[in-house]
Order: sequence, then C-alpha cells, then structure tokens
Amino acid sequence: MYLVLFIFFGCLCVAGALNLLFQRHPINSALSLIVVMSSLAVLYLLLGAEFLAAAQVIVYAGAIMVLFTFVIMLLNAGTEERTSGSAAAYIVGIPGVGVLVSLLAFIFLSARSHLATARLGDYVVSTSDLSKVLFRNLLLPFEVTSVLILIAILGAVALASKEH
Amino acid sequence: MSFLIFFLLSCLKIAIVLAIFLGSVAYTVLLERKLVGRIQNRWGPSRVGPFGMWQPMADGLKLFLKEDIIPTNVDRPLYILAPMIALGCALISIAVVPFGARITWHGVDMFEIADVNIGLLVILGVTSVGVYGIALAGWSSNNKYSLLGALRASAQVISYELALGLSLVGVVLRAGSLNLRTIVDSQSAHGLLSWNVFGGYQFVAFFIYLMAAYAETNRAPFDLPEAETELTAGYHTEYSSMKFAMFFMAEYANMITVGCVASLLFFGGWTSPFGSLIPAFGGILLQAILPVFWFVLKVFCFLFLYIWVRGTLPRFRYDQLMGFGWRFLMPLAIANIIATSLWLA
Repeated sequence: MYLVLFIFFGCLCVAGALNLLFQRHPINSALSLIVVMSSLAVLYLLLGAEFLAAAQVIVYAGAIMVLFTFVIMLLNAGTEERTSGSAAAYIVGIPGVGVLVSLLAFIFLSARSHLATARLGDYVVSTSDLSKVLFRNLLLPFEVTSVLILIAILGAVALASKEH
Repeated sequence: MSFLIFFLLSCLKIAIVLAIFLGSVAYTVLLERKLVGRIQNRWGPSRVGPFGMWQPMADGLKLFLKEDIIPTNVDRPLYILAPMIALGCALISIAVVPFGARITWHGVDMFEIADVNIGLLVILGVTSVGVYGIALAGWSSNNKYSLLGALRASAQVISYELALGLSLVGVVLRAGSLNLRTIVDSQSAHGLLSWNVFGGYQFVAFFIYLMAAYAETNRAPFDLPEAETELTAGYHTEYSSMKFAMFFMAEYANMITVGCVASLLFFGGWTSPFGSLIPAFGGILLQAILPVFWFVLKVFCFLFLYIWVRGTLPRFRYDQLMGFGWRFLMPLAIANIIATSLWLA
C-alpha cells in the first residue's frame, strides 16, 4: 500500500520536474514546480514526517510558488524561445551529469551499511517530538539560521527602499 | 475484511458529508440573499416555493443548463483547470473538520472523515493552495479585469495568510496540539467559560483570525478581487455556466470552512455552552446528535455574521487593505503570541 503510494508520487515528482524543464511558458513551469513540491510533501508524509509535509505545502506550494506565479503574471512573461544550446554544454554538461550521478550513487551504495534505514509508513514523528529536537538538541543552529534569514529580509528591505 | 469495512464506511462518510456540505453551500447563498434583502429593506427571493426555499435548486438548474462559453485566446487547459482547483481545495478542507465527539462504529470515527494529528495545518495548507484557482483563472482568461482581480487576490491572500496563521498560534500553544479534536477537548471543561475566546483570553486572536479570514475568502469588506465597480467581476469575469458556479460554490464553501475553524478553535467546537450545568438527558442517540447541533448552530452564527458584515460595511481601498494587514494585524498577532507564551510560561 505504502509502496504503491511511494512509486506513484515518486514518478509524479520526477514527471513534474521533467515537465518543468520541457515547458516553454514560465507559468506552466511554475505549475510543474508546484506538482513537484506537493509530491515531495506526500513522500515526507510516507516517511512519517507529517509536520514537514504540512510545512512543505504551506510554505513552498502555498506561499513561495504563489509569489512566483504572481511575478510571472505581473511581468506578463511570454513564451521563451528555444535555442539549440551551446556545443560546450553538450560536450562538458552531459558527461559531467553522468560523472556526478555515478559518483553520488557510488558514495551512497558504499556508505549504505553505515546509514540508518527508514521503512515507509512505519512510524509517525509527532510535532512535539520534532520541536523537542529543534529547541533542545539543535537550538543553536536553529536560532542562527533564523537570524540569517532575518538578515536576508532586512537586506531585501534595504535594497528595495534605496531609491526613496 | 476490516479494511473493506473501513473503506466502505469512509466512502459513505465522504458521500454524506459532501452532500450535506454542498446542500449547505446552496442554502447559504439563499440565506445571504434573504438577509441582504432584509438589510436593504426588501424581501429577497420569495417566489420559488414557500419563502423562496426552492430558489437554490432553480439557480443550480439554471446555471447547469446555461451555455458554457469559452472565449477565444484563453489558455484553455488552465482556464478549465482553475475552477476545479478552486472548488476542489474548498471541499477538501472539510475532511479534517470534526463535527462531534469521537464515537466509533466498527473502529471508524462517526463524526469526522479523517482524524489527523496535524488537522489545523492541513486546513491552512489546503486553503493556501486554493489561491491558485483564482490566480490561474485571472491569468488564463486573457482579460485585463480578470488579471487585475487575480493579482489583487494573490497579493491579498499572501498578506493576510501570515496574520491568519499567527493568530492561531495562541490557541495551539494553549492546547499543545495541532489536532482539532484535542484543541476542542482543551476547552470543554466548564462550557462557555473555558472556550478559548473567553476563558482562554484569545479574543484578540479571534478578531485577528476573523478579519484575516474575511480577507482570505475574498468577502466584503475585503472583496477587492471582485470589486464590481472597478473590475466588473474580477477573476471570474470570463466564466459562465457551471465554471462560474464552481467559483461561486468555492467562495461559499470557504465561508463555511472558516466558520467551522472559528467554532472549533475559539468557541469550543461541538461542546455545549452550558458545560455540565445541564445534566445529560434523552437517549444515547440524542446525546450523540446534540454536539452536532451545537456545532451547526455556531457555524450558522458565523455565516450570519459574514452576511451581516457584507450588508453593512463598505469596501476597503487597496492601500488601506495592505496597510491594515501588514501594519496592524500582523504586529498584533505577534504581540498576542508573546503575551500568550508569557501567560502560559
């Protein structure tokens, strides 16, 4: 049952990502990205991370992608033109991707015995457990990250209000 | 065998809840027309059936039989998809709303479709995805008014979502859970006095939630995305027949969901306002049905308030809308979180 859901949403995720690349209109690409993010949320849910799944939908699919589509609508972006691509990209890019994928696969396969395994739908991490980890064991990195984001927001505000 | 029973009972629950939900959507429209009529010193619909009771059926039939016009030069796939997203998201959120205390039959919860640990977040997530219906409708229609309406809707929903989400944090802090049943149970001790809005001192959060929710559902006085005087009908200008009806139903379904969430989070959900002052009376069946009555009564009060506000308040100006959301509601919501945390600590 969980495996069926995993395969379905995994395929949906990959199909959305491919569609994102092949679509010519930015709004269709943005919508494909929403599909990718929503299917990732389902995969998190299958691994028992329900809070993360909800946050993924609310923050990424619901807020960030709304901003993306908002900007696309506001700029009235048209269909992009296709070029045949540079020769360097074909010569370096495709072998580069191949090397990267095989390297990653090799690392994961060789380190598999050290990594913990998670079975689909086996357990549920409750929100209170998650917050205990975040606010006790990982308090410093968590707070530092939030300060980092705050600095980024302040920087964006400063850049936006420079003209006045 | 138990999976089969679970599956069949779940399908039955979904069918019943959906039928009642869509029925109440239709009759909310009638309620609005009657009440706004009364506020404007006229009768409202009164011809079809006694007191105009069959008016929603007639309206539905009319919309169903109308010609479905798709203008040329629209982005066809998105134009057709947009009303489905809007209505789908509006209907999904009712799945995690509990209507009564947990009573199981063959191991299946009788008064809720799905009891999930993060029910509140599911509702927030589904509502936040629902804005794509409006945004895509406006963009794909290839019409200036639609596009402006969609831009306004997206900006408004993003702005007020923050205040809406932050206003609920106080309630979650008090209950210590995101499960809607646990949140209701945390305010069921002494009836009316232990409701979050009174005994929980969350009245500030309640008013923030109420105003942000009005803006989220694009209702008056925040109905700028479909301001008739400026944008003809906003994002659904180019829609006709059932596609228009789907947007219409989505709007009223969202109103009902907001009423449900407000009753669950601030007004004790299905619990009686008298607490244990009134001893349990009647048979076991009545005791099971009575909570549903209280819940429906509370939701009805919210719908009444929605329509009352629509009938009496003028529309905001756009800069007022943004200033109100960012400069007033959001700081107030953050102050409420800090105050609640200090009080609980």
